[in-house]
Amino acid sequence: MDKIFRYSFYDLIRGRWSISYFLFYLIITIVLFSFSNDVSMVVISLLNIIIVLVPLVAIVFGIIYFYNSKEFTELLLAQPIKRSRIFVGQFLGIATSLSLAMLLGIGLPFIFYGIFISSEISNFIVILLTGTCLNFIFVALAFIIALKNNNKIKGFGFATLLWLFLAVIYDGIFLLLLILFNAYPLERLALGLTLLNPIDLSRILIILKLDVSALMGYTGAVFNSFFGNIGGIFLAALSLIIWITIPLFFIINISNKRDF
Amino acid sequence: MSIKDAVSTAREGDQIIIDGGLYFESNITIDKKLHIIGKNNPIIDGSNSRTDEVFVIQADSVIIENLQIQNVGPSFVKDLAAIRVQRKQNFIIKNNTIVGTMFAIYLEYAENGEVSRNTITGTESNVLSAGNGIHAWNCQAIDIVGNTVINQRDGIYFEFVNDSRITNNVCKDNLRYGLHFMFSNDDEYSNNIFTNNNAGVAVMFSKNIIMHDNKFFNNWGGSSYGLLLKEIYDAEIYDNYFNKNSIGIRVEGSSRINYSNNDFINNGWGIKIAGGCYDNNITSNNFISNAFDLSIESTINSNTFDGNYWSRNNGYDLNGDGIADEPYRPVELYNYIVTKTPEATILLRSIFLDIINLSEKVTPIFTPHNVIDNTPLMNRLYF
Repeated sequence: MDKIFRYSFYDLIRGRWSISYFLFYLIITIVLFSFSNDVSMVVISLLNIIIVLVPLVAIVFGIIYFYNSKEFTELLLAQPIKRSRIFVGQFLGIATSLSLAMLLGIGLPFIFYGIFISSEISNFIVILLTGTCLNFIFVALAFIIALKNNNKIKGFGFATLLWLFLAVIYDGIFLLLLILFNAYPLERLALGLTLLNPIDLSRILIILKLDVSALMGYTGAVFNSFFGNIGGIFLAALSLIIWITIPLFFIINISNKRDF
Repeated sequence: MSIKDAVSTAREGDQIIIDGGLYFESNITIDKKLHIIGKNNPIIDGSNSRTDEVFVIQADSVIIENLQIQNVGPSFVKDLAAIRVQRKQNFIIKNNTIVGTMFAIYLEYAENGEVSRNTITGTESNVLSAGNGIHAWNCQAIDIVGNTVINQRDGIYFEFVNDSRITNNVCKDNLRYGLHFMFSNDDEYSNNIFTNNNAGVAVMFSKNIIMHDNKFFNNWGGSSYGLLLKEIYDAEIYDNYFNKNSIGIRVEGSSRINYSNNDFINNGWGIKIAGGCYDNNITSNNFISNAFDLSIESTINSNTFDGNYWSRNNGYDLNGDGIADEPYRPVELYNYIVTKTPEATILLRSIFLDIINLSEKVTPIFTPHNVIDNTPLMNRLYF
């Protein structure tokens, strides 16, 4: 597994994709810093990028890589290597290289602008951690879709649809539920719904770190006390980890059963 | 010789100089015109009595300056103060340092007095046993200038106080409000700084209050705001600066108020207007990077919002006159939804909301039609 991981990781970080992805984050962060020297404002602007772009790029890139390296994968399958090792190794390679590009692209300007002496360091770490988790989650989801669909177009379609659902449509349904059941206490339902969607969970984690919770009145207080104590943080982290491990389990399962 | 003896032997119009040292005294009643002045930092400590105040002024034209007074109260039975003025005129209380007292300066039925450049620091952490920094009740023509009030209940409290001015004060870390008006008319407060108070400034049930050049910042928390207006009529609010408050101005049942040349920057809400607010004019203000610029809870609206700068407005200006060519609606759809369903704030910064906001902007259906800036500015105003 580590050999395949290493191979795909080095293959990727030398490729044009990772470099341009890294440069993209680097430029965006530098531009944001040139607009305002206030670290917390930059963190807020990055929030929007992280919860929208990271999942999209991860899922699209995961799909592309899978289909493009199909021949090589089939060659590997002919060797006496466990199937799960091949796919998990590739998955880790992609997710790690994407995460590295993001961490460096965002991290370097922040270090340059003095994040280590800023009080925003904990917010910064939360942003990077949730960004990394989102990378892993969406590359894993991409692999499941790609393993399930031989047809490239279908695979792409499903991937973008899944992204659209989790990033946009889910929030629409969420809002609809909140409005429809306005008369009931909805805090617990809202908490449950955010834990179920990794994008929403990341958004809430970052927003609460930025102390927007004061705007949210009672709901904000419930969320803040939930995510503010050890149990809540543990549950949020657990939810993100489950979002990585369950797709990983599916990858192993499907790849073992699939007829190549 | 104790201060009490000095006061009792002094004659009308005398000057008493208190030399440096620690005086454990309380219940000093000043019943004649005296000028009490501290030299070499005298400290008067009221801790020998739990039920008495330090100075009680019961004469006209008394001046108290350069003293440090500490440890008065707290009491759950009486409102204990370091300096109390009872029914008298022309007093001056200045340059005193008051530490750890329940109420610091308590004015009742006082007139034409001045409270200036005092530093008041409370030590209570419980709002129930804390008292106000400068407390005025039933007063006329009082000047409160250049004081610093930290960690009291209300920094400055006005009840039935008319024709008075509050200028150049700093109220911070107070347990309730930085400044609190009740039933007080024709007053003016300006050039004050209100920061980190539990709930900023509250102006309630008052008429003709002028508020200008004040700074309200970091009044942040679940039920906090920079400025609360409740049942206020005919007020002027101009040249103020609101930064990082959960709500810049919260308005309830207040009418005929002019808001102009104010900066609302990085607040949760810039202005949040509840029902029963009519004929207010909101003109020439900057609304920059607030989570919500403006929110209105009632459907009937006779308020005007013309000529402001809204940082969210991405309108265009073809003729280059600095005014956007299209009117701007400051209440976005999401804003409207949050007013109806407060739980929806947890969807803040979701892309779905950007999308529905955009579609609502193109064809407004839900957002109130008459909440509109007909002449939105293209550039930020500098005052």
